Amino acid sequence: MKKKMSKSARNGFINYGLVIAAFFVLRLLVGAGKLSNSLQSLLVPACCYMVMAVSLNLTVGILGELSLGHAGFMSLGAFSGIVTAVALQGAIPSVPLRLALAMVVGALVGALGGVIVGVPVLRLRGDYLAIVTLAFGQIIKNIITVLYVGVDGKGLHIALSNEALRLAEGGTTIIKGPMGAVGVTKLASFTAGFLLILITLMVVQNLVNSRSGRAILALRDNRIAAESVGVNVIKYKLMAFVTSAALAGAAGALFGLNYSSTVASKFDFNTSILVLVFVVLGGLGSIRGSLISAALLYVLPELLRSFDIAEYRMLIYAVVLILVMLCTNNPTLRSLIEGLKEKLGSQKAVREGKGGGANE
Amino acid sequence: MSFLNNVITGVSLGSIYAIIALGYTMVYGIAKMLNFAHGDVIMVGAYVCFLAMGNSGLPPVVGVLLAVLVCTVLGMVIERLAYKPLRSAPSLAVLITAIGVSYLLQNSAQIFWGAATKTFTPIVSTDPEARLWLVPGQLSISYVAILSVACCVVVMAGLTLFTGKTKMGKAMRACSENKAAAQLMGINVDSTISMTFAIGSALAALAGVLMCSAYPVLSPTTGSLPGIRAFTAAVFGGIGSIPGAFLGGILLGVIETFVKAYISTDLSDAVVFAVLIVVLLVKPSGLLGKYVPEKV
Amino acid sequence: MKKRVIALAMASAMTLGLLSGCGGKADPTPTPGTSTPVSQGNDGAVTIKIGGIGPITGDVAQYGTATQWGAEIAVEEINALGGPIRFDFKYEDDTGSADTAVSAYNNLKDWAKDAPLVIYGTTTTTPCITVASETNADRYFQLTPSASSPEVVAGKDNVFQMCFTDPYLGTAGAEYLKDKGLGTKYAVIYNNGDAYSTGIAEAFLAKAKELNMDVVTTQTYPDDETADYTVQLTACKDAGADVVFLPIYYTPASLILNQAKQMDYAPLFIGGDGMDGILDMEGFDKSLAEGLLLMTPFSAGAEDERTVNFVSKFQEAHGILPNQFAADGYDCMYAIYEACQQIDGIADMDSAQLCDALSQVFGSGTFAVDGLTGKDMTWLSTGEISKSPLIFKVENGVYVDA
Repeated sequence: MKKKMSKSARNGFINYGLVIAAFFVLRLLVGAGKLSNSLQSLLVPACCYMVMAVSLNLTVGILGELSLGHAGFMSLGAFSGIVTAVALQGAIPSVPLRLALAMVVGALVGALGGVIVGVPVLRLRGDYLAIVTLAFGQIIKNIITVLYVGVDGKGLHIALSNEALRLAEGGTTIIKGPMGAVGVTKLASFTAGFLLILITLMVVQNLVNSRSGRAILALRDNRIAAESVGVNVIKYKLMAFVTSAALAGAAGALFGLNYSSTVASKFDFNTSILVLVFVVLGGLGSIRGSLISAALLYVLPELLRSFDIAEYRMLIYAVVLILVMLCTNNPTLRSLIEGLKEKLGSQKAVREGKGGGANE
Repeated sequence: MSFLNNVITGVSLGSIYAIIALGYTMVYGIAKMLNFAHGDVIMVGAYVCFLAMGNSGLPPVVGVLLAVLVCTVLGMVIERLAYKPLRSAPSLAVLITAIGVSYLLQNSAQIFWGAATKTFTPIVSTDPEARLWLVPGQLSISYVAILSVACCVVVMAGLTLFTGKTKMGKAMRACSENKAAAQLMGINVDSTISMTFAIGSALAALAGVLMCSAYPVLSPTTGSLPGIRAFTAAVFGGIGSIPGAFLGGILLGVIETFVKAYISTDLSDAVVFAVLIVVLLVKPSGLLGKYVPEKV
Repeated sequence: MKKRVIALAMASAMTLGLLSGCGGKADPTPTPGTSTPVSQGNDGAVTIKIGGIGPITGDVAQYGTATQWGAEIAVEEINALGGPIRFDFKYEDDTGSADTAVSAYNNLKDWAKDAPLVIYGTTTTTPCITVASETNADRYFQLTPSASSPEVVAGKDNVFQMCFTDPYLGTAGAEYLKDKGLGTKYAVIYNNGDAYSTGIAEAFLAKAKELNMDVVTTQTYPDDETADYTVQLTACKDAGADVVFLPIYYTPASLILNQAKQMDYAPLFIGGDGMDGILDMEGFDKSLAEGLLLMTPFSAGAEDERTVNFVSKFQEAHGILPNQFAADGYDCMYAIYEACQQIDGIADMDSAQLCDALSQVFGSGTFAVDGLTGKDMTWLSTGEISKSPLIFKVENGVYVDA
């Protein structure tokens, strides 16, 4: 038991180390002008998707419940974050502070969404839970698409149409229905994304390694057995689910504040699926896997641009996706790699390989 | 009268959902996988029929048969190449592969047939004269709707009989219960599952033709949204249950139409999905789904 | 766990391969469409890089490909003229979403390196607003063929539109109906999940109110609509509307016309520029559109020499008729070309200087261009275009002036 703890703790530190190292390397590259514009523009969204992947992994990999509506929480976070940032424009001139506040609000609203969905829904299992999360994502998208939010001297106004908003003189409309949030000042920065990843790692890793985390893992592995030894199913499921939703909300806020316009339809079923792809490819339950696969796969379609294959870009992406799934689950290939590892005989390689699995 | 009209509209829409949901549920029930590429097989089926009828001028029946044939083969090929190697892999790996296949089909379709929307030639006439007028000038039902409801009923009955009575059908149910045990009993699990995909994809082709006859637009992404709706319908009715898929599809169509007519067109999606959530909370395995107690 | 290691190894290998492919781009591998990154050619002609952005995959791919193809034809013609200005054209996919559009834009910046770059796009509104604020900060001139919201150009001196703005079309539609005395009861069906559609509808409704037009019902449908508009049409029919305004794209419109016919409901339908293309949908029954009015700047059936030339080239290359997206794209290239000719010392300019110079020409109010989508088109200093919509009526499957 003690050994395992220390292993997972060490594992956590490796994750921090990797993220910090990656941050400084990228920073140096940017500073030296070695990073192309297109890669630079991917830094912030990649951070957001890394956080999304880690947080979804908490639900799918660690709690063991399939969620197809994770983008819904991102959407909640994005729009509440944008509203916060715009509404506080006058009150708080400091950009980092405003961004931080927006992300906190995004996380809170995301968490609230998590509670609203989680309380009734976590009683369902398997594919039924999946469809309800999908439905939730659609509902969020539909509502935000018809929502108008504005701010004036008297505070926030929320309505379902432009006329009903009734803003006083000098008020600004922040969310304009199907147009989404428009004219947002870009606040997000790579540093903020980096810090958000660190916070996410801290939250998720500490949760997983805590007493509650063990209860959550027990629920995943055998719900009935866990229940019979007195694990409160709803409480722990909700804990994991809401944490995951809150982190997605924060990521959404950062994402929303990285572009001058954001629409609700951005956070649709396809986005939820995209994040799920990151999680599954990175390995269920593996935090490090989620980080790496989200970063690589988010960048992949953009890198495919450098070839002269515009219309085949997404086709190749699809083929890569299928091939990776097939190869990673191919018994022959797996035993081959296993054999290779044994031949190398390196103790370290084995340890490294096992490292990510401590959470499983 | 407008109430009855809405019922008819709802049933017509629902019958399209239902026929897609039948294919979904068939594959899910036997292979235990969410085949997210199902909607895109529908799209391929519709394109094949469109090209056969439009460009080659073949009669509708030949178009439909050709679509069924192509999709059956396509379904079996997809199963063989993409899903079979993952038979022992975790279900999420299969789900992601299905999504990959879905992207692959959409993007290939765009490359082969272009992104421009095409207008599908309905296999039965949709002229106002060619409708069944229940009350002249006020209440009518299109032949496409009648055809698709009829197809649903026939397919539903056929599938129920097939899985219940025939040897192959029994083998399918056995695979669905326990693949390893089925194999021990001498059932060829691989060919049984391949057969399931063949049937599921043939149904998808039929669904594609009917859907595009009722709502005659066709583009590479035509199948994805109805696919999700039909998946919802299948879960609504109890996924894996053949009559459930039919019931779920029809109900989803009717609810959607009623919400639009009597509550709000702005928030129709939100209300429809909220209804779905409520139903699942009351009946956690869907309307006709079997409750499977967990073994300890 | 093992498979995870393999998965990551595979994914990293692939990405690394791509990264190195990226790095290897420094080797000048001549591919069609990308020429030398120097701004001055052998014969003294100035080469300007045009970076296009629009969706060429995904749901809205058909609009993006149209703007791409239209522009390509113009670029080819311009380069064949052998004049003092040449274009080097590259088009990047944005799948219709804002974040991808920003990556596409940055990719184009990398492509242009230090050569003067002009941004052409994006096709759809939301990504365009985002890209416009980026180009505004980075100082690249931007001309969009079809992103029609006023938000696209609002507060940006460097962004110009080739299409009508949404409010303009909505207002023009209401005024036209009132002037011609068409209809007594009006209905609107629009996509409330789409900025374009909502923008036109809101302006139409506001103007109709001002003109005391009797709007009996306003119906919406969500962006994800599967395909059934019977409920909305029934509401229009029950309310007795004899004119239905459809500020939507031609794909859903074709279904609405079809379903209206099935219901035996035959009001006067009127659409905006998004309706252009309905007659050219493969397999579309043109009799459904009989009597349809549409406000669009372009008709593929026009008989002037330039349109005939454009249409035949387009058809030859892509097998379909061009719609107004393609024509707007074509005009964009000529507008940039003609503006460039008015700039002194263009050969020594970088992107930012070119941006200021072009913005000045476009925003001067005196710069006029004749194109496929209008004669004597001029721009306001805000970036909005000033050209008059042509109102066409569909008769016997072709556009005639209404």
